[in-house]
Amino acid sequence: MSVTLLIEQILNGVQLGTMLFLMASGLTLVFGVMGLINLAHGSFYMVGAYATAAVTASTGSFLMGLAAGMTAAALVGALVELLVIRRLYHRPHLDQVLATFALILIFSEGTRWIFGSSPMRLSPPSWLTGFVTLPGDTRYPLYRLMLIGVGIVISIALYFLISKTRLGMRIRAGESDREMIGALGVNISKLYTVVFALGAALAGLAGALVGALQSVQVGMGEPVLILAFVVIVIGGIGSIKGALLGALLVGLVDTLGRVYLPIFFRAFMPPSEASGVGAALAAMLIYILMAVILAFKPKGLFAAHD
Amino acid sequence: MTNNIPTSAVSSKPTSNSARASMPKHSHSGGSGAAPANQADSHFGRKGLVQIALLGLLLLLPVAAYFFGHLYYVNLASRITIIAMAAVGLNLAIGYGGMVSFGHAAYFGLGGYVAGISAYHAFDFTPFMTWPISIPGSDSLLVVWLAAALLCALLALAIGAISLRTTGVYFIMITLAFAQMIYYFANSWPTYGGEDGLPIYIRNSLPLVDTTNALTYFLICFGGLVMAMAVTSRLMKSRFGAALTMARLNDVRLATAGVSPYPVRLVAFVISAAITGLAGALYADLNGFVSPSVLSWHFSGELMVIVILGGVGRLYGPLAGAILFVMMETFLGGITQYWQLFLGLVLLGVVLFAKHGIMGWLAGRERNE
Repeated sequence: MSVTLLIEQILNGVQLGTMLFLMASGLTLVFGVMGLINLAHGSFYMVGAYATAAVTASTGSFLMGLAAGMTAAALVGALVELLVIRRLYHRPHLDQVLATFALILIFSEGTRWIFGSSPMRLSPPSWLTGFVTLPGDTRYPLYRLMLIGVGIVISIALYFLISKTRLGMRIRAGESDREMIGALGVNISKLYTVVFALGAALAGLAGALVGALQSVQVGMGEPVLILAFVVIVIGGIGSIKGALLGALLVGLVDTLGRVYLPIFFRAFMPPSEASGVGAALAAMLIYILMAVILAFKPKGLFAAHD
Repeated sequence: MTNNIPTSAVSSKPTSNSARASMPKHSHSGGSGAAPANQADSHFGRKGLVQIALLGLLLLLPVAAYFFGHLYYVNLASRITIIAMAAVGLNLAIGYGGMVSFGHAAYFGLGGYVAGISAYHAFDFTPFMTWPISIPGSDSLLVVWLAAALLCALLALAIGAISLRTTGVYFIMITLAFAQMIYYFANSWPTYGGEDGLPIYIRNSLPLVDTTNALTYFLICFGGLVMAMAVTSRLMKSRFGAALTMARLNDVRLATAGVSPYPVRLVAFVISAAITGLAGALYADLNGFVSPSVLSWHFSGELMVIVILGGVGRLYGPLAGAILFVMMETFLGGITQYWQLFLGLVLLGVVLFAKHGIMGWLAGRERNE
């Protein structure tokens, strides 16, 4: 196990973490402000990726595609909020889980109907391919490095949005007391739609960016959705800071576990068994992490409010 | 939109929109017994008829299908029965206990793997383990059932003990996380097939009974379902059931009355998991196959869908939900491969507009809703 491998895997973990943060920030905002648990968040991830793939294919410009993907995800998010989600705010969590589970079925099958079952092609533009040589002779793909950059930029932008702007002030006010800011004359249903669309746009961006790395297909949002839930539960539901920290933690633990656990078991087991045990344990690692954290802090690391 | 169909039927009835949480309260009327033959209760009426009709049709149609030689429909009925049994288990947690478990696929899957693994070792005569005690494989139905229920109960005891420290969304998410943990474990553990799943070459047997006969197997499953419903019904009529209901409605009051809510919930959670696990063992035997897909979060979601479609916290709700779900899957799935789109629309309609599910629609509300 060399230093190069370690640096590379840490970067991979951070990259996974930043993409998880894009998903998790929307989820945690929606829960913090509206008290809604939204399983359909993975669908916005998928919508963003499909719209980006379609527009990139027809215009040839990845940036145009990204813009279209974010816009499409935001629009679909706003539409879903207006049609379905706003009926759920005062319902028990069970109803929210089921209604948004129904939305997943509708979005997944609808997408399969429109685009077919085979994955769509989306690859990074030529100016983002290739490798960068980092200090210590680590060669790392430029595109992945760019993803980390985008994640950092979005985190800073979200920080400013939430702590320095009027919209952010309303979001924070909504998190601490929904009824009161309505009573103070803030148009709360408009605020809800905006927050939901913002979360959807971030999920769409994540979907588009990761879609270019992996593949654009139906159901691509689901594994990420579950990871994002782990992230926000670890971080404390409703807390953006918790989401950022949780995302990086999950990204790093998952990536490093998958690489180093099989190596670790190889030290005292025959190689064939070691890779099996290591892989099985690595796949469970973040869930074990979550269970341990919740066993000690039932409300996550940075619980915002109940 | 399609989702208006169930809605209009429900909204045409006078509904008093109580703003209370939508969990229907358990009725203590005799009509919810698992043997609905012996009621002389004034509440029998329409609800009793619907309940007898559901159970009766589920029993009679496969028997008829068998004698007309349509084995496919007998197996379909077994499938409905097993899924209904799994949902009866989940209903005990969600409907009666108010514990929204998003991870019951874990127990269904574990039950399935117990059946699969014991058949695997019984088939090639290798022991499951040799240390500290020697455990051989088994193809005896009773042994496998017992093992499945016990292991699921143990798993639920561990998961529940941690998860029940949390509430609300955290509980939903942590149960989901535990189920995912087991899913990924089964997926990447190569000994028993990994993601390819584990075929079962011999069906578990009972003395004197031919379990490979489709009708016999259906009757065994049917017996299991009736048993699960009877257990739920007895349980909810007992002092324990009263405590569980109060733990759901107002746990502070329960604690004030001198009963700690945590162990009550934990026991209900464990029983719920054992029932679902038993159903999982039956399901693996029916299909002759078990794979990680029964452990996936999608399956947990589907079980919840069935409970909700049928009507939360109603004894016959899971049965009604399972019938509708498997029918939609089979017949809509035969017409269009996008049947889940329509399932989504129906589900959305039920959640948004018909809070009390099919049983609420067919049989009227429970007395104290």
